[in-house]
Amino acid sequence: MQTTQRPAVSEAVAKSRKKRELIKNVVAYSFIAPNFVGFAVFTLVPMVMAVALAFLSWDGSTNNPITFVGIQNFIDLFQDAKFRQALINTVAYAVITVPLTMAASLGLAILLNQQIRARNFFRTMMFFPYVASMVAVTAVWNMLFNPAMGPVNMILSGLGVENLPRWSVDNNWFICMGTVILFSIWKFMGYYMIIYLAGLQGVNPDLYEAAALDGASPWQRFWYVTLPQLRPTTFFVTVMLTIQCFKVYDIFLMITNFGPGGKTRVLVGNIYEAAFTSRKFGYSSAIAMVLFVLVLIVTLVQFRGEKSMNE
Amino acid sequence: MKEKSGITGGRIAVYVILILLSVLTIIPFAWMLSASLKLNKDVFAWPMEWIPSNPQWANYINIWTKIPLLKYIGNTAILTVVVTLLQLLTSSFAAYAFAKLRFWGRNLLFLGYIATIAMPWQVYMVPQFMMMSGMGLNDKLIAMVCLQAFSAFGVFLMKQFYDGIPDELCEAARIDGLSEYGIWAKIMLPLSKPSLATLTIFTFVNTWNDFLGPLLYLHTDSKKTLQLGLRMFIGQYSAEYGLIMAASVVALIPVLIVFLALQKYFVQGIASSGLKG
Repeated sequence: MQTTQRPAVSEAVAKSRKKRELIKNVVAYSFIAPNFVGFAVFTLVPMVMAVALAFLSWDGSTNNPITFVGIQNFIDLFQDAKFRQALINTVAYAVITVPLTMAASLGLAILLNQQIRARNFFRTMMFFPYVASMVAVTAVWNMLFNPAMGPVNMILSGLGVENLPRWSVDNNWFICMGTVILFSIWKFMGYYMIIYLAGLQGVNPDLYEAAALDGASPWQRFWYVTLPQLRPTTFFVTVMLTIQCFKVYDIFLMITNFGPGGKTRVLVGNIYEAAFTSRKFGYSSAIAMVLFVLVLIVTLVQFRGEKSMNE
Repeated sequence: MKEKSGITGGRIAVYVILILLSVLTIIPFAWMLSASLKLNKDVFAWPMEWIPSNPQWANYINIWTKIPLLKYIGNTAILTVVVTLLQLLTSSFAAYAFAKLRFWGRNLLFLGYIATIAMPWQVYMVPQFMMMSGMGLNDKLIAMVCLQAFSAFGVFLMKQFYDGIPDELCEAARIDGLSEYGIWAKIMLPLSKPSLATLTIFTFVNTWNDFLGPLLYLHTDSKKTLQLGLRMFIGQYSAEYGLIMAASVVALIPVLIVFLALQKYFVQGIASSGLKG
């Protein structure tokens, strides 16, 4: 009797434990579901669709069939001069904007990390461009840099500069890109300044004291103490900024309008144009995959770097 | 003695550099404000007049009739409020489970969030648009809600904060007979005010300023958001400098207010969410 009862009891215990476990899971999923369902439907599903779409050809019309074209979209891509130009522009924009913005934000952070009056006021001022509406600030930027009447060129001509730059509409690619890059630094630097300020909080003050005792100059202190100590922050800022540059669209749209003559097109501009102007949805997704791979490379570098820093 | 005077000298230099840099940073806004009170023909007058002698307050009245600015602001305000509320609610809800509950598939689901956090929306915006159009959401404000209300970033930010709250606190509440929902509402939410504030401004600023999302989805004039409406206005009346600047000032004011009121949390939020990556 006893021997047959025991398994029954433990079975009941196991059953109730299983039930409790089930309830626990149901409760947990009820917490996650509201966000996860929205996230899965509106983010995860489109991401998977983006990958699939890159191998298809479709004009978006329900009357026309969707056809599988294999890697044809990617073959077309590398024969497309517009794409090559967009890729070069996007990468060039990132390669120049990232270090300059980093230098500006690090410089600001170091200035604003000192014990000075009105420190928060200065920080707030420097930060404001980052939260200001892109449409509004590009509108004023375009007026300031208006080639014929803008105050910037008025000042330059007052200084005796002949051949005034025509900024966002200049035929010289460097000047056009330079105008956008200058704007980007102004817009982004406040955000990364805050990240650098947080990084500076983590620098051990004893190190500065030791450096001062050794008679290090301010420059040496910066070079041999601050910079090495900030390495994780710098690394993080590089990754964030690079991704931010790769996905640029609105800055170019509103400042150069990808002109003159499409000289300053960027990847996301091409994605948009291929989909909504040319209605080549598969082709547009192939461009998006190139953006995806660029971001993936940057992210993998970050993982690698974080790992090596933690070791 | 010498050391001390050197420090004050350096200090003055720091102030001078800072003031110069702040002026440079802020000049576009000052110019915007000044131009918003001028006649079109005076906007580019040189040498320029920072404070207009004959301020055109009419610019600030005319923009409301020239474009349906009130409608745009109304749309944007509704959108921003709904998105922010949904974002706060669903993110903190999900984050609680990820931080404090053990359940089947937890790591896998969280990996789904983490893996996509760095992926720009631009990569999948086209298939997303096709899917939403298929669902009949094209040219509907609700599409913008679906787009922005469920972010990986929100869950991540809230989870990081909840991870810092000791498990013993939840354990004690469970023993006292509080349900998991009760713990979330009565213990976690009140404790997480700083990160809720951070998420509020991030979401508010992003939704208020979003341009590319509305550009894709909203076509009917009565459904447009402020940024989109402003951009269309600039395209149509590119020579109405005074009005463009006045409308730009109006578009900036709500963000300025929210930013100044909550900037402490903003700075903390960037610092904490940023460094952990």
